Amino acid sequence: MIALDPQDIQAIVLSLKVASAGTLLSLPFGIGVAYVLVFSRIPGRALLEGLVNLPLVLPPVVIGYLLLLLFGQSGALGPVLRFFDLRIIFTLKGAVIASSVVGFPLLVRSIRIGMEGIDEHYLQAARTLGARWWDSMYSIILPLSARAIVAGMTLMFARSLGEFGATIILAGNIPGVTQTIPLAIYEYTNTPGGDRMALSLCLVSIALSFVVLLISEASVRSFRKR
Amino acid sequence: MLFEVDVDKKIGNFSLQVDFSLAEKKCGIFGPSGSGKSTLMHILAGLVKADRGRIVFDGITLFDSEKKINLSPQQRRVGVVFQHAHLFPHMNVRRNLLYGWQRSPAQLRRITPEAIIEALNLEHLLERGVNRLSGGERQRVALGRTVLSCPRLILMDEPLTGLDQELKFQIIPYLRKVLDQFEIPLLFISHSLEEIRLMTDEVLVFEQGRLDQRLPVEDLARRHLVSGSRGYANLLNLTSPRPHGDLWSYRWGNTELILAEPGVRGDNLFELGAKDVTLFKKHPEATSARNLLPCQVVDVFGDGNRIGVDLACAGGGHLVSQIVPESVRELDIHKGAEVVAVVKASAFRRLY
Repeated sequence: MIALDPQDIQAIVLSLKVASAGTLLSLPFGIGVAYVLVFSRIPGRALLEGLVNLPLVLPPVVIGYLLLLLFGQSGALGPVLRFFDLRIIFTLKGAVIASSVVGFPLLVRSIRIGMEGIDEHYLQAARTLGARWWDSMYSIILPLSARAIVAGMTLMFARSLGEFGATIILAGNIPGVTQTIPLAIYEYTNTPGGDRMALSLCLVSIALSFVVLLISEASVRSFRKR
Repeated sequence: MLFEVDVDKKIGNFSLQVDFSLAEKKCGIFGPSGSGKSTLMHILAGLVKADRGRIVFDGITLFDSEKKINLSPQQRRVGVVFQHAHLFPHMNVRRNLLYGWQRSPAQLRRITPEAIIEALNLEHLLERGVNRLSGGERQRVALGRTVLSCPRLILMDEPLTGLDQELKFQIIPYLRKVLDQFEIPLLFISHSLEEIRLMTDEVLVFEQGRLDQRLPVEDLARRHLVSGSRGYANLLNLTSPRPHGDLWSYRWGNTELILAEPGVRGDNLFELGAKDVTLFKKHPEATSARNLLPCQVVDVFGDGNRIGVDLACAGGGHLVSQIVPESVRELDIHKGAEVVAVVKASAFRRLY
């Protein structure tokens, strides 16, 4: 019933790579931004919050275009990228960056809710017991928001698997290089007689999302048990 | 120990202005809720920054607004036992206990975890999750956790509020024992006169963010004979209980008291209401009360229709009896007068 050709397998592997890399690379920043938003009183917090949440409300195509302006050959970061001999657009890196930016607000949102739920008194107690801020971060904040972090990673991973608009603009749709599942499905639907193949990939996509959900539920449950 | 505090803090409409220095090892901070006790505790611990002033402990400046010194809570090493223990929910009892100890400088560690675990009787709870502890156990763990962080000073912010009477008196001996054994100065914040009397020697009375008065805790208790609704309670530490017919006999100084309450091993602390101490001019021929103590009047205090008579009893103990002015006149009670204090065996209430 499900017939996959090598190119489809490549798309699945690429999707998993992009989503994993994007989620893992974003995680430290996600935790950092959530920490700043919840626990610090720096000026410009509202601005940071708006900036982080912007990708949630902007059309992904707009984000892709803005990223293109930033990372393109003649873009704002063009000279820097040329200096390091880096190419972002139409590469796997581009796909990772695009899906990271789009999924980042979901990650931060979830971790933030978890951190906001931590009773401030635990942190006060930790400080009077001699813990510095980074110490209480590791010993109190991270363990107590572990569930929220897992939930945020799941959301971001799932969102990255489905990322289309920003990716197609920044990374293009190059089979074997940047063609992830959604891009492959898009191409099939534009090809005469590709309906069946598109459907197969759709089923794969559904199955993957389901597995992600199951893994997330299981890990959340294991945290709750402790 | 010398603890000098002079701080101002404004929070909204409330302003706290205090200036005191302490030399006593055990001091209470007493006042109604909203009098600034907790704010002061947060300022001393470094959790809230004072607007102005200085805090110096044994020559070490913890805070000085002029010299721009403000040690962080972890640098101050001022231990805090909070009202709601605030044990870390993701750690078991053992990890909670060791949290501060592991973070204390090795050269300052003079208390071992084993000693605390034994003193607080926590051995059987070590592997338990903190969500499966009773209220009293939680406070014991919280105390152990704070003491093990080897603090210069321990602040207790209403640690017994929210516990029922019975539990409260189970914990107090532990608190006293640990503080005496490890010689840690204590600042005990409470709105309960009873707790303050059991835990401290001197008390600072707070009223609307100001230090209202400062006096020995006994004087505060006597003042409550007049103003408090429950009057004055004598606290008697009785020793060597032994059965005495249907009753129990205890040693009190060089004399014996007969009580209805059975004795237990260890501490036996009883409360005896000043109203339950009746005075006779001469030794009564026969009375249903079991305790007849010849006493000399040391002091007469009080106001209105509540008069307290401070009695030095034969055997070395002191009692306060509460009587009315009419009785003072009829019995001709004055300093130096000889009277007999009569107390029923059932008038004593066990605290612990």
